[in-house]
Amino acid sequence: MSEKTKYEQLPASAFERVPMEGRMHDKKLESKPVGYFRDAFNRFCRNKSSVVAAIIILMLVLYSIVVPWLCQNNYTRALTDTMYLNYGKLPPKVEGLEWMGFSGTEVITVNENDFYKLRAIADETGLDPIVEIIAGPYQDPSFNGKGKATMYYDLRVDEYYRMGMMYMTVTQQEYDAIQAWQDEHQIQIIFPAITDSKQSDANIWYKADKKGKPTLSKVDKDGDGFLELTNIYKTTTPTDTSYHSTMRIAADNDPEKPLAYARKTGTSSAPGYVIRVSKYNYFQYRYGFEPAFVFGTNANGQDIFTRLASGARFSFLLAIGISAINLFIGAIYGAIEGYYGGAVDLVMERVSDVLSGVPFMVVTTLFQLHLAKQVGPVWSLLFAFVLTGWIGMAARVRMQFYRFKGQEYILAARTLGAGDFRLMFKHIFPNSLGTIITGTVLVIPGVIFSESSLTYLGIVNLESSTRTSVGTMLANGRGYLSTDPYIILFPALFISLLEISFNLFGNGLRDAFNPSLRGTE
Amino acid sequence: MIKYVIKRILLMLMVFMIIISMCFVLVKLLPDKPAEQFGKDMELIKMRRELLGYNKPLIQQYFIFVQRSLLGMDWGISETLYPMSDVWGKFMEKMPATVIVNLYTMIFSVPLGLMFGIYAALKKNKWQDHVISTAVMVFVSVPSYVYAFLIQYWLCFKWKIFPPQMDAGYDYLSWSMFKSMVPAILALGFGTIAGLTRYVRAELTEVLTSDYLLLARTKGLSRAQTTVRHALRNAMVPVFPMILGEFIGIMSGSLIIEGIFGIPGVGPLYVGAVGTTPPDYNFFMLLTAFYTIIGLTSGIVVDLSYGFIDPRIRMGSKK
Repeated sequence: MSEKTKYEQLPASAFERVPMEGRMHDKKLESKPVGYFRDAFNRFCRNKSSVVAAIIILMLVLYSIVVPWLCQNNYTRALTDTMYLNYGKLPPKVEGLEWMGFSGTEVITVNENDFYKLRAIADETGLDPIVEIIAGPYQDPSFNGKGKATMYYDLRVDEYYRMGMMYMTVTQQEYDAIQAWQDEHQIQIIFPAITDSKQSDANIWYKADKKGKPTLSKVDKDGDGFLELTNIYKTTTPTDTSYHSTMRIAADNDPEKPLAYARKTGTSSAPGYVIRVSKYNYFQYRYGFEPAFVFGTNANGQDIFTRLASGARFSFLLAIGISAINLFIGAIYGAIEGYYGGAVDLVMERVSDVLSGVPFMVVTTLFQLHLAKQVGPVWSLLFAFVLTGWIGMAARVRMQFYRFKGQEYILAARTLGAGDFRLMFKHIFPNSLGTIITGTVLVIPGVIFSESSLTYLGIVNLESSTRTSVGTMLANGRGYLSTDPYIILFPALFISLLEISFNLFGNGLRDAFNPSLRGTE
Repeated sequence: MIKYVIKRILLMLMVFMIIISMCFVLVKLLPDKPAEQFGKDMELIKMRRELLGYNKPLIQQYFIFVQRSLLGMDWGISETLYPMSDVWGKFMEKMPATVIVNLYTMIFSVPLGLMFGIYAALKKNKWQDHVISTAVMVFVSVPSYVYAFLIQYWLCFKWKIFPPQMDAGYDYLSWSMFKSMVPAILALGFGTIAGLTRYVRAELTEVLTSDYLLLARTKGLSRAQTTVRHALRNAMVPVFPMILGEFIGIMSGSLIIEGIFGIPGVGPLYVGAVGTTPPDYNFFMLLTAFYTIIGLTSGIVVDLSYGFIDPRIRMGSKK
């Protein structure tokens, strides 16, 4: 009440006369005009979780672009070089991140014979696979009291060192090249041949029976509490130099009986050498760096880090392509449906009804069966996604068209002579952009999820020597879940992270473009 | 109302017939040469196929298909997946495992989902709500097979609480069978709980802020009374059809989860039928029809149940 009275008693001095001469203008706006997208962007930036999600998505995309491009690895060389097959199932290892579990070690339970084998690897190569003896030796808990109980050890072992030895057949040139590399870097690759040629395990350089049970000498020369192994290295004469290696192991110290570092095979014109090489050291010779895989290697020895990046790149490309096609088809279809309405709408709705009634899996299967031979599995998968994928987008656009087509500004534009096409795409369509953008973005995680499920189930087979997908990696790692869980962990982690961040990002987009819908989820 | 229901059902049957006819034609266009195998009598297969009408014109085959399979429930004999066994019989044999696992999942996840949703809505914007909402976001997004791997690794392999695979046999109601189903039920349940929680929370918060609730409070009802008698009943209007839809959807099950936990259900049947060479087309047709009808029916039931639950919603009216 008091306010009102105040206004009534305003003094004349509070007023200013309007100048009669000259022209009067509105004051120019000093702030910058804020458009629709700018407004939406500002709103989006205020939503912290969505911004974080957007950054995570950006990082995942960058990972999938940069890594396959920068890293030359066994995956890209798969066609010509099959050496990687020998380096399967190595756990993740990153120097400096051991405390996070990237140590390349695993906890295993071994019996006595295998325990001695591990110790033998350490003795021979100097790379000790046993990091820690957790428990043991202890008796087999299921021991029934008959005969001799098997003793077991629980160990933490370095899987990279545990690889030990392998047999290789090389030509004269390769043999010389390895020798030269050894001399240069002072790293022993070739280890002495053994006399027992029937022993199939390259790691057994000591006296053992056919099952690998070591014959132990009863003296403990080191005094470390473990019995010694007797070696069965093959010897040669000082004159026969073809088996020699310039770099020798410590035990090779008898000048009269030097050790032989190879067994000869092949013909006299094309001689070959069967050599025992340390896998770890051979890797350094072959690839120029010590083996350490960030995400480990899968059962075939392919590097998961780069392979996942390639799979992710493929998934992203597929998803973006599909969402673009869906946007295009859906926008046009929905626009026509919504704009014309009536009988056109009814007929077109029935078409999309029928298409959306077909289970997606059946669509994919039929496309795979019909087209995979002609155009390849990727294209038939893309067609399957496109066949039913646009329906959601069309429904969204149709709704928007129903909302806007009756409004006055459309009537005004029509009165001024605007044609149907102009009304649809110039006047109505921009109004529905917000929902369309949100819908288009949210198609991407959906496609990636469906694709991974379908490839996981084996309905679509995308695996080839140059291509992989996240779902295929999951399916391949499935069999090793109990023994080598990291093979499946990283693809699963990737897809979970991707889905979570895309959902958050999509929510942020929806809130930014349609503030009225905020908080309805 | 009844007129509308009949109209919807007829429309659904029409859509179903179009889909199944399309699939039939597409399947018949595929090469279907039985793979030669040791111990297989090719002549016999040829003769059987001749008798069954495989060599008749397509249109005639189509009428046979409609008459015998769609109307007579005789879906033929499996050729590659389970050679020489009746497709419909095998399908019905696999059905109980899928239904029972999914039924348990619903029984344990629906109350939990409702509970969490209601709790989060009542504690809106407090820390309890934030915790639940964050968890829901994570559980809704992460694919169910990822939980399945985690559950199988930790509960089955590491801690050995449950067997990693479902027990064999048909004794579905025994305790050991139930125990072996638990990992699958958990893996299926997380997603359902999270989805339901999110939905209930959204609906209930909207109702809780509406004017008639304020009126109810001003008339003297306690907070509990308004929530239970007024808010919950109204919030359940869209939630209930969703639960109903999921109940029908349980029959189609989850292909991946069934594969991971070795549930002898319908899912592996589909994957197996598609995976053999040549695919087992009889199984494929049956499962296509099955999945299609499940999808269409759940859509209709959800739509119609709105009208039954809330009489204010008039189905099929123009305005």
